[in-house]
Amino acid sequence: MATTNIAGQRRQELIAGYSFVAPALIILLVFLFIPMFFTLWMSFRDWSGITPPAESGAVGLQWYERLLVLDNVRRTDFFTAFKNTFYYALGVVPTQTVLALLLAVIANQQLLRFKGFFRTTFYFPSITSSVAIGLIFLWIYQSGGILNQVIKAVNPAYRNISWMNDPTGIIHNTLAVFGLTLRTAPAWLTETNVLGLTLWQWLSGPSVTMTALMMLVIWTTAGTMMLVFLAALQDIPRPLYEAASVDGATSVQQFFSITVPMLRPTIFFVVTLGLIGTFQVFDQMFVMTSGGPAGTTTSLAYLIYRAGFNDSQMGLASAISVLLFLIIFTATLIQRRIFSDRAVA
Amino acid sequence: MAQQAQAIHVPATRAAGGAPAWLVSLATIFRYLILFAFALIFLAPFIFAIANSFKTAPQIAQDALNLIPNPFTLENYLKLTRGAANVPLWTFNSLLFAGVVTVGRVFLCSLAGYALARISFPGRNIVFLAVLATMMIPGVVLLIPRFIILKQMNLLATYPGGILPILVDAFGIFLMKQFFESLPGEVEEAARIDGATPFQIFWRVSLPMATAPLIALTIFAFQGTWNELQHFLIALGPTARDLWPLTLGLATLRGAGVGQQLDFGLFLAGSILMTLPMALIFIVFQRYFVESSSHSAVKG
Repeated sequence: MATTNIAGQRRQELIAGYSFVAPALIILLVFLFIPMFFTLWMSFRDWSGITPPAESGAVGLQWYERLLVLDNVRRTDFFTAFKNTFYYALGVVPTQTVLALLLAVIANQQLLRFKGFFRTTFYFPSITSSVAIGLIFLWIYQSGGILNQVIKAVNPAYRNISWMNDPTGIIHNTLAVFGLTLRTAPAWLTETNVLGLTLWQWLSGPSVTMTALMMLVIWTTAGTMMLVFLAALQDIPRPLYEAASVDGATSVQQFFSITVPMLRPTIFFVVTLGLIGTFQVFDQMFVMTSGGPAGTTTSLAYLIYRAGFNDSQMGLASAISVLLFLIIFTATLIQRRIFSDRAVA
Repeated sequence: MAQQAQAIHVPATRAAGGAPAWLVSLATIFRYLILFAFALIFLAPFIFAIANSFKTAPQIAQDALNLIPNPFTLENYLKLTRGAANVPLWTFNSLLFAGVVTVGRVFLCSLAGYALARISFPGRNIVFLAVLATMMIPGVVLLIPRFIILKQMNLLATYPGGILPILVDAFGIFLMKQFFESLPGEVEEAARIDGATPFQIFWRVSLPMATAPLIALTIFAFQGTWNELQHFLIALGPTARDLWPLTLGLATLRGAGVGQQLDFGLFLAGSILMTLPMALIFIVFQRYFVESSSHSAVKG
């Protein structure tokens, strides 16, 4: 009697277990798991997105060859987008992490007043939709917009920067100040072609417009990351700091020898999130620039969208997706490597 | 208690550091200055956006830095209901998507999280690993295949097509599993002996104890769906204007103005309108926003 009861209960548990998990699992499988492999398969095919996908032709590694090897417009587009995205991540991730950490340390004080106010204001941009922020900044950044007006009020000699429409690279512009321009630069810089772009193009940095988008994104996320750091800071035992100050360590020494090492896991987390997020950047380009001016804000994600849905090249778009996945994967691996190296040192 | 202990420690730190009192207060003033400066930087765009959304087009163009609209006008907001913009319908769609996704996600993620934490069945670990694996996939990589799958299912440009792919998220399952694992098992055991079915135990006993993670999950799901652009762009497409949520509708405003002067008053009014619900939710549930973001950070 008792055994059948237990067996019945087991069977009931078994059915319950599967049926509880099933709906969520099916959705994850159909819309997340299977699509992953679908992308890979589609990257070996030529499909316009209109006919049934099974009727698409197999093209082998052709897309990858065009994107990575053969000298053609696809390769130039891909590496331009790669360059744009790379500079974007390189600018955004360290800046937002360092800024967030500094703000958190400044705010981490037991007797701080207006805590609620600071928390609300610093966090608010990150709960707002990227579309709303994009439209507001489109207005702020326009030539006669309030950003230029404010800078002009501070510095009357300032000449308006056309934030949303300036394709020149910021390193290129900085070099021009020192007299190094396309005309004066040595030929090996301006004529060596690497993967469809000249060395000069590779080194000219993110465009002014891309930099404007970077500032916007830093503005959006720094507050959230600061709160993440703030929470982690509260977990560092106070006696550590007390012992250090008894030993005569200055606040700067305390910051580098206590705060930073103790926050290592949090920094790792924030940088990882930052990398994964920045390499997928899309919304700002879609809302504000459509990838322009002169393609300088076309991110890899935006290139995927354009290839798939504007040019109807689903196979090409899938191949770029696969490459982007590998890029993100590699970036997080390198990042992990850097962090563990420091642990040894 | 912990706070008390910290408060006692503070003077001790200073005494040990030996910094003179005037230096300490100078440093404090400096701290506040920096924090207020950044608070201003974070707030100013919203303040100017709100002020200018009530101005006429010429005043926005000439006197944007003035915080007082003169003359005061609602024209920009009224324009949102006319012409290319169909904001009332888009707002309804946004509420519909966010509402259905939130309810569905909270229910399905709790259900799955509960089973993974509390019910033993063969294959449970594999299921959990699969859930974890989907958390690693960068969303942008799924754009193309999602489009294909929705097309194959004839769900492109339909409400279900907008809802189903984002109805479940792995992080939600993970969050709920973590929580249910932390619950003591005695109450469930008592209910089981009383003859309750597993679903009854989940629904009547365990779920009511999960208020905190449920609120966090609700907020995240609503916020995420309300602000989502990319998925809707793919699932609903560029022509199904009547199905668009606010994000997609407003994102296309710039495109509608090609060749002519951009209508910034319209942009600002739309942005403020879209931000308002999130701002209200944020103010009411602020504690949970901050707690859950820090929590997930620590867990990560």
